[in-house]
Amino acid sequence: MNKVLMSGNNIIGEAAIRAGCRFYAGYPITPQNELTEYMANHMRNTPDGVFIQSESEIAAINMIAGASAAGARVMTSSSSPGISLKQEGISSMAACELPGIIVNIMRGGPGLGNIRPSQGDYFQATRGGGHGDYRTIVFAPATCQELADLTMDAFDLADKYRSPVMILADGMMGQMMEPVVFKKPKARIYSEKFILQGAGTGKSKFIRGLILDAIDMEEHNWKLARKYKIIAENEIRYEEHQIEDAQMVIVAYGTAARIAKGAIKRLRDNGLKVGLFRPITLWPFPELNLRALSAKVKNFLVFEMSTGQMLDDVRLSLQGYAKIDFHGRPGGAVPTPSELANVIARNYDKND
Amino acid sequence: MAKKVFGRPKSLKENIFHYCPGCGHSIAHRLIAEVIDELGIRGITIGVPPAGCAVLAYNYFDFDMIEAPHGRGPAMATGIKRTLSDRVVFSYQGDGDLAAIGIAESFHAANRGENISVIFINNAVYGMTGGQMAPTTMLEQKTTTTPAGRHKTLDGYPVKVCELFSPLKGVTYVERCTVTSPANINKTRKAIKKAFQCQLDSLGFSLVEILSPCPTNWKMMPIDSCKWIDEVMSKEFPLGMFKDNITQEKKIAEAV
Repeated sequence: MNKVLMSGNNIIGEAAIRAGCRFYAGYPITPQNELTEYMANHMRNTPDGVFIQSESEIAAINMIAGASAAGARVMTSSSSPGISLKQEGISSMAACELPGIIVNIMRGGPGLGNIRPSQGDYFQATRGGGHGDYRTIVFAPATCQELADLTMDAFDLADKYRSPVMILADGMMGQMMEPVVFKKPKARIYSEKFILQGAGTGKSKFIRGLILDAIDMEEHNWKLARKYKIIAENEIRYEEHQIEDAQMVIVAYGTAARIAKGAIKRLRDNGLKVGLFRPITLWPFPELNLRALSAKVKNFLVFEMSTGQMLDDVRLSLQGYAKIDFHGRPGGAVPTPSELANVIARNYDKND
Repeated sequence: MAKKVFGRPKSLKENIFHYCPGCGHSIAHRLIAEVIDELGIRGITIGVPPAGCAVLAYNYFDFDMIEAPHGRGPAMATGIKRTLSDRVVFSYQGDGDLAAIGIAESFHAANRGENISVIFINNAVYGMTGGQMAPTTMLEQKTTTTPAGRHKTLDGYPVKVCELFSPLKGVTYVERCTVTSPANINKTRKAIKKAFQCQLDSLGFSLVEILSPCPTNWKMMPIDSCKWIDEVMSKEFPLGMFKDNITQEKKIAEAV
């Protein structure tokens, strides 16, 4: 297929429809409205496609939960405050093992915050977000091509593990335009036995998250935990950029990683050997892969558009193995590559 | 050979109800199961039970069910119905579920004219959590959170769901019934059947409200609970048909 020039929000929509998404529900919120509008425009021309502008994000997540149970490939999208509202439903989908895609085009927070790109929802995304003992797979694309590829992969993983999957990008990713190639989607593999479509002449079934018996509930938790362990063993993705000769490595994801690449280019032009470690899955976090890097690099700097959230995961990976510094710009402030390059240069020779 | 005139509906499992003696849920369950048997739709029905006393409805109903988070039944039913439009999808909701935490989901599903049915159990109290004030609690009614009785300036007024929902253009059929006597039970069965038939004919949103006794939390004997519905509760929540656009909608559907 030829390259097409599209904006991030539209790319997610197009990739989802190509991946077989046939049910989308969402509520307007900036900076992700183009995605909702794209689904409104294109679902109607897609056979069996359903688009609903819901009355709230809470309704949207529960609509996709119902459609997922009924066998459709489903997606909803929002931005930070709206994602907070969806947490009840995400927790419920994790409990009921319903596949579905939740897109968070992050903006500044907390509270209503602003509509500028930010990365303040890392904790919420990677720690489950809603109540209870569960995890969601979290993809953090950094290019428009990745928005396309990871959106398609998200549907496959959601089905494979019968779990909600989150795509965590920010307002910058949603708005930017880049040429993309849409890959051929894989055929869906999802057993009919998980789909609720009426009992026919057979035995009826039910899907539930309420398990009143503590021992049964415990077993359900352990069952989910075993699943998360398998995900953690098999689904980690990350990128290493210019680390071969690196004296110092930046750890950043999404838009922050793009800025870091720009900074690294400037620094290398000036002879500073700086590389980048970019987690693509934020959960599962590439902990051991990052730690392996500490065998040859001792100087790390975490850069996030937040006050330091992924920093915790980097500490879990590297504490005691290497020196960890941090630079953050929360609240919708987006630093330039040269600002970041200055910060990196100041830390480059530090050996404390 | 003797002819069997009464038996357990096929759409009910053999399990014994956990509901308290005198509770209206068991009657409502049975009526729904009878109607589903009668319409022959067990194989294509998907029910959405709520959080509340009826959360365990899937232990009793013998057709496909998916539990919704508190209040979200109509949103979930929307997702199911839009995906599988030839199935019969209904939500089963209590007063807190429909008229408090889930009023937005219920109201907008109705306003969209979703082709689903809502069975609404109004017992004027939160049953499962132990008898707190519901949106439909009567003025002066004592609950654990209105120990001196529901006070209009502190707690507001009982929410009247049928009266609120029936003016919506998306709504086709709304009726309020009760289960306090054999005659009322028969009327309720007819209303549930009409709601499901409305959905089978793709005529739009239907809602049946059932005034239902909760002797445990009302701290009354079952017989007095029925009397209280008949003499007190149904004055605030009058029984009857609030909207029946079925014939009108049928004509429109046939014209198209």
